[in-house]
Amino acid sequence: MSVKVTIDGISIEVEPGTTILNAARKIGGDIVPPAMCYYSKLEGSGGKCRTCLVKVSKGSEKDPRPMPKLVASCRTTVMDGMEVQNITSPEVIEARKGVVEMLLINHPLDCPICDQAGECHLQDLGYEHGAAKTRYEFDRRTFERIDIGDKIQLHMNRCILCYRCVFTADQITEQRVHGVLNRGDHAEISTYIQKAVDNDFSGNVIDVCPVGALTDKTFRFKNRVWFTKPVEAHRDCDHEKCNGKVTLWYKGEDVIRVTARKDVYGEVEEFICNTCRFDKKKTSDWVIEGPRKVSHKSVISANHYETMKPLPVVKQNPLLQEANKEQFERETRL
Amino acid sequence: MGRKLLLEHINVPGINTYDVYRSKGGYASVEKALKTLTPDEVVEEVKKSGLRGRGGAGFPTGMKWSFLAKPEGVPRYLVCNADESEPGTFKDRYLMTYIPHLLIEGMIISSFALGAKTSYIYVRGEMMPQIRILEKAIAEAKAAGFLGKNILGSGYDLELYVQPGGGAYICGEETALLESLEGKRGNPRIKPPFPAIAGLYGCPTVVNNVESIAATVPIIRDGGEEYAKIGIGRSTGTKLISASGNLNKPGVYEIELGIPVEEFIYSDEYCGGIANGKRLKAVVAGGSSVPILPANLILKTAAGEGRVMSYEGLSEGGFATGTMMGSGGFIAFDEDQCIVRNTWNFTRFYHHESCGQCSPCREGTGWMEKVLHRLEHGHGKMSDMDLLVDVSKKIEGNTICPLGDAAAWPVASAIRHFRDEFEWHVTDAATAVTRNYGLAHYADPLVVASA
Repeated sequence: MSVKVTIDGISIEVEPGTTILNAARKIGGDIVPPAMCYYSKLEGSGGKCRTCLVKVSKGSEKDPRPMPKLVASCRTTVMDGMEVQNITSPEVIEARKGVVEMLLINHPLDCPICDQAGECHLQDLGYEHGAAKTRYEFDRRTFERIDIGDKIQLHMNRCILCYRCVFTADQITEQRVHGVLNRGDHAEISTYIQKAVDNDFSGNVIDVCPVGALTDKTFRFKNRVWFTKPVEAHRDCDHEKCNGKVTLWYKGEDVIRVTARKDVYGEVEEFICNTCRFDKKKTSDWVIEGPRKVSHKSVISANHYETMKPLPVVKQNPLLQEANKEQFERETRL
Repeated sequence: MGRKLLLEHINVPGINTYDVYRSKGGYASVEKALKTLTPDEVVEEVKKSGLRGRGGAGFPTGMKWSFLAKPEGVPRYLVCNADESEPGTFKDRYLMTYIPHLLIEGMIISSFALGAKTSYIYVRGEMMPQIRILEKAIAEAKAAGFLGKNILGSGYDLELYVQPGGGAYICGEETALLESLEGKRGNPRIKPPFPAIAGLYGCPTVVNNVESIAATVPIIRDGGEEYAKIGIGRSTGTKLISASGNLNKPGVYEIELGIPVEEFIYSDEYCGGIANGKRLKAVVAGGSSVPILPANLILKTAAGEGRVMSYEGLSEGGFATGTMMGSGGFIAFDEDQCIVRNTWNFTRFYHHESCGQCSPCREGTGWMEKVLHRLEHGHGKMSDMDLLVDVSKKIEGNTICPLGDAAAWPVASAIRHFRDEFEWHVTDAATAVTRNYGLAHYADPLVVASA
């Protein structure tokens, strides 16, 4: 039993109960609505940022009436025969532009000094869907930077209140000790007691953060992400919930950062423990699998693969040498 | 003299006590419902009455009740929304203060109709005296055998609890109210699922306004058909209106739906005209979130007919020339009031009360407030009006809950109808900070386009 949904004229059969966003992700390409707060691995996430708004021009085969308002595609399930307009609807484009503008009015736009720059979802969103200029002429709201854990720093100024880190702490760690305080545009992610976040899996909040609000203190200001080289690796982690599959970010021969592996939508494939993330920063701690495939559109792939000499550890593996060569050829051809 | 169904005995001394309320025919409806009717018959009576939700949206109450899912073995809840916090609305507080047993009686009838064994009255945190009054009333009703186990020998059990809120406007939104009642942060839930399917603690729940629940008492007493005879068209029955602003006699009035707006403002039975012999400039007819209308459009529709106080009457003309019944917070402005300042004040409220969950409302309300603050204080620009309209459009309809709409409508409507006053704040900025724009042409007779 599957249901048929048409998004921007492209039809696909999906399981009942699938959301519009996930149906669009199955189709892929331009018609996938952007999502800043939805995270497929976190139950209950989504619906908050409103960037994924789409127009439902036909409710279903049974009830063909269009939905009166734009709906959040990440939280609306498909019905059989539903027709959805995303990039084909001027109304959606306009609303999305408005949402991007709203998300940016209190964002400091400090990309030049932000560690997230280059892998920031808000940057991508602003670039793809936003306006070139802001119409906001007032002071932005500001907060003090705080350390919410000994390895995690929170820049609340940059936060877009997607609640992903809250869901992560709820669902991945044993106990949540941070949350949202206050309300309206003074709502902030915080802990009552500083450095209170010390769970084994707390580092994952850094990976799920779509912006540079939660940063890894072991990596802060160490390097721009596009000067590093991501390499896939794993280790035999003794934490029962962590399988040790990570991406190592090399600068020269040093591992300067460890993150979970992320898919095309920037979502981590599997959550990793804090030991893997913060403490294992030597190549000898890891079994190297090979360079990570990075999208050509990403700034991370922009300027290093051509000149990068394969690392000594990588060299011994013929498979990897092959992969590197392939990458090299593709890059130079472009 | 209009009929009074809710406030009939409001002036009887001691009506807030069980004995006096009982002696005036109180709890007769409970006896009638529990002894002679089945729950479905009670729902049917409410459907027949045509009662529409008194909290603002005006959704038919009987219909809402019939949508309630009734799976086996799952408790159902009735929650009374007494988190009345809309600026300009104070009818529920009045009702709870002076005639609390009416609400308790309504709660018993409604809970019986829905099969709820536990019901809650969620009262706004600031209303501490009303919470005490309700708790006292509940204790009295319990002592008299109208609450607890096996009420009136019917085999129906009901426990009624009063829960104080934390004083947040957003907790008047039904799903935020349920979150708050569960002890969580009062963020509205994303719908669907609606509370009728998964509400309080994931169980089917109905959330009703205080006045809607109180209205079930006369409906059961007189019968739904009798109730439906009062009023006009699809707006049946009586409605409490909280009249405030520059009126001779502000206060809570019970009106039969369908009386002319002009009569409500000027007759001695109701507001008694504008205070100090001034002239009417504008009216916010249903609480701060509904569109504001200038004097000429509130008294007459764009077609030149007299406007009446009813759900349809007030929304005649759509948002272009009409407004909404809302929660019945009737705020009148005389010629000395500044619309820009008032709009800024409303927006300040919505900025303060936005929960911060979804981005358009969180950021947009603050933005609008800052622009309006600038306009009011003489630093505005001519482009600000278009900016405000555009920002309000970007918020409206794009948020999780209706607070976004509620924040956007007053701004959009004020600019729609009072644009020259806004522009005057820019062109004559120095004068605008020293005096108000005055009545201008806002009460001039409308030019009615003849067909």
